[in-house]
Amino acid sequence: MSRLRLWQTISLYVILCLGAITMLVPFLWMLSTSVKQPHEVFGAGGGIKWLPEHFFWRDAVANGGSIRAWWGNYPDAWREISFLRLYLSSIFVAVVGTFGQVLTSSMAAYAFARLRFPGRDKLFFAYLATMMVPGSVTMIPVFVLLKHFGWINTYQALIIPGLFSAYGTFMLRQFFMGLPSDLEDAAKIDGSGYIGIWARVILPLSKPALATLTTFTFMGFWGNYMWPLVITITEELRTLPIGLRYFVGQHSTNYTQLMAGSMIALIPVLLLFIFNQRYFVEGIKLSGIKG
Amino acid sequence: MDAKKRKTGMTYQRREALAAFGFLMPNFLGFLAFTSLPVIVSLVMAFTYWNIFKSPSWVGIENFQSLLWFHREAGRLVPNDPFFWQYVYNTVFLMVGIPIGMAGSLIVALMMNHRLRGVVVFRTVYFLPTVCSGVALLILWKYLYNADIGLINKTLRLFGEHIYSGKLIAIVFTAVCAVAFGVIALGIVGGVLALARRVCENLRIIWPEWLFKALTIAAGAVIFVLIGVCGGSIYTVLNLFFVQPPDWLGTVQWAKPSLILMGLWAGLGGYNMILYLAALQGVPGSMYEAAEIDGAGPWAKFWAVTWPLISPTTFFILVMSVIVGFQGGFMTANVMTNGGPAGSTTTVEYYLYQTAFEKFNMGYASAIAWFLFAVILVVTLLTWKLGGRVVTYE
Repeated sequence: MSRLRLWQTISLYVILCLGAITMLVPFLWMLSTSVKQPHEVFGAGGGIKWLPEHFFWRDAVANGGSIRAWWGNYPDAWREISFLRLYLSSIFVAVVGTFGQVLTSSMAAYAFARLRFPGRDKLFFAYLATMMVPGSVTMIPVFVLLKHFGWINTYQALIIPGLFSAYGTFMLRQFFMGLPSDLEDAAKIDGSGYIGIWARVILPLSKPALATLTTFTFMGFWGNYMWPLVITITEELRTLPIGLRYFVGQHSTNYTQLMAGSMIALIPVLLLFIFNQRYFVEGIKLSGIKG
Repeated sequence: MDAKKRKTGMTYQRREALAAFGFLMPNFLGFLAFTSLPVIVSLVMAFTYWNIFKSPSWVGIENFQSLLWFHREAGRLVPNDPFFWQYVYNTVFLMVGIPIGMAGSLIVALMMNHRLRGVVVFRTVYFLPTVCSGVALLILWKYLYNADIGLINKTLRLFGEHIYSGKLIAIVFTAVCAVAFGVIALGIVGGVLALARRVCENLRIIWPEWLFKALTIAAGAVIFVLIGVCGGSIYTVLNLFFVQPPDWLGTVQWAKPSLILMGLWAGLGGYNMILYLAALQGVPGSMYEAAEIDGAGPWAKFWAVTWPLISPTTFFILVMSVIVGFQGGFMTANVMTNGGPAGSTTTVEYYLYQTAFEKFNMGYASAIAWFLFAVILVVTLLTWKLGGRVVTYE
């Protein structure tokens, strides 16, 4: 692009800043509400206040008249929503599910990209074709199947159907195809078997693609809403989104606590994003170019 | 190891095929159990009545008949399942946000494609809603849209108090708003016309320059005459809007636009923007230089160089968004509105969920799923056929 004049640079900055403010204001309002007392949120009058009235307040109802600090909504929400259990559930499902999906996808992708066997291309085409099938088509039969197994309301049901991804296989296969074969040949000459090549040559060379797939798969499991809603019944198995959803159902107007709870729910994803930002951007580009 | 292999006497190819079999097996079994077989089962189920408690009974095409067909009632054609068609309409209506959001993302990407200090910070901030997307964000927006205590209505009322305290300010404000509306409307019409012209050009139908200009001028005239005629009502509407802002998610006419608006906010700097940014970075600088030598200004450069070269990305985003949009909307509606008010935010996906897991009518739900599948299939196949003609590949 051509060089910008000064006024152009300044107006670009102004527009980008306005946009950034638009992006941030809802989050700031969330933060602001989460440290207020309920009566401040419901207070009559249309004024917009960003800071809580008092930084220490008396909460007669919930805490028997003790004095709470401005962050008091956070421990309350933590207990009310039983976040610890939701976190543990969500983390367990997302970690096991992601590890499993990346494992099966990378194995299948290795076979598709590097090994020759009869019917390979036809089978790969079948994989590609199923990427078009909407999730809602397979959801009902899978639900029925799992009901048959007696897996309703179990961790298996939350994890196992998500372990096999045509998309992950496709993405990794494309990446594996582009790897140079010299190292693989060297490993073969050194007497490495197929498992050795896969584990010690292909996977270490594919770190960017694996990191990308891991990030996206993790996000997928972490944010998944419909399937856990369908398959879980009792509280113990609920993942974070479902727990939050039920909390809204019960306390639909307690916005100070809802906002505190939502903040708590967002923190892990934000941390993940901050540390893996590179993979997000690269991953999106990868999916766009190849798709 | 080597000795063993020699003993079994397998050929190299057979060993490789066997290894491939082993590597594929876990994924392939899962693929069979959770994708391919379910697709077939789902198709069979669509022809049955089944409430999962009793065994299914074959009903032929009855599900599809009540889902998609019409019957005569007092001389008029009435759909057998009016709810379904309402929900299809809702789903399509919600997709209005797709082109608007794409235009927004493209504009942001164009701005971020300049060499600016701190552009990474901006990119991160704009990407924030995408990272945080999910139930927590929907709860936040439900709160923002709250009629009484939501930030949006609080802001509107605050504006209203100041503007409508004096007659003169109110009139000036109305005029400014009306002109702004007019300019935006004209911009949209102009953009659509320009786009239509480009598409026609690619299909080898050339619009003469005068036709394009005449259409644009005519549209502008119509828009501004309308604004002039309706001045009084614009004043009333704006006044009401600021003094008594709408209950966004609670009224039938505002619920869908509210969800679209939220989607625009969330998607502005998201995946689409990053894809556009990548595409823009792929446009070779020499082409801009060549265009500059030919005397092209920024506007001409965009339409002659940038737009055609990023058209594959535009096409990809559009198709993916339509496919995703058609089968989406459950989580948003379930968290924010429960599909209401009066079913105005219930999408096809939501209807499927209700049918399958609230009414336990698995057969009918499978028929809905296959309707979705068919639509997506048609979109994908059309893409395949038309893609090469509308899109310029390098």
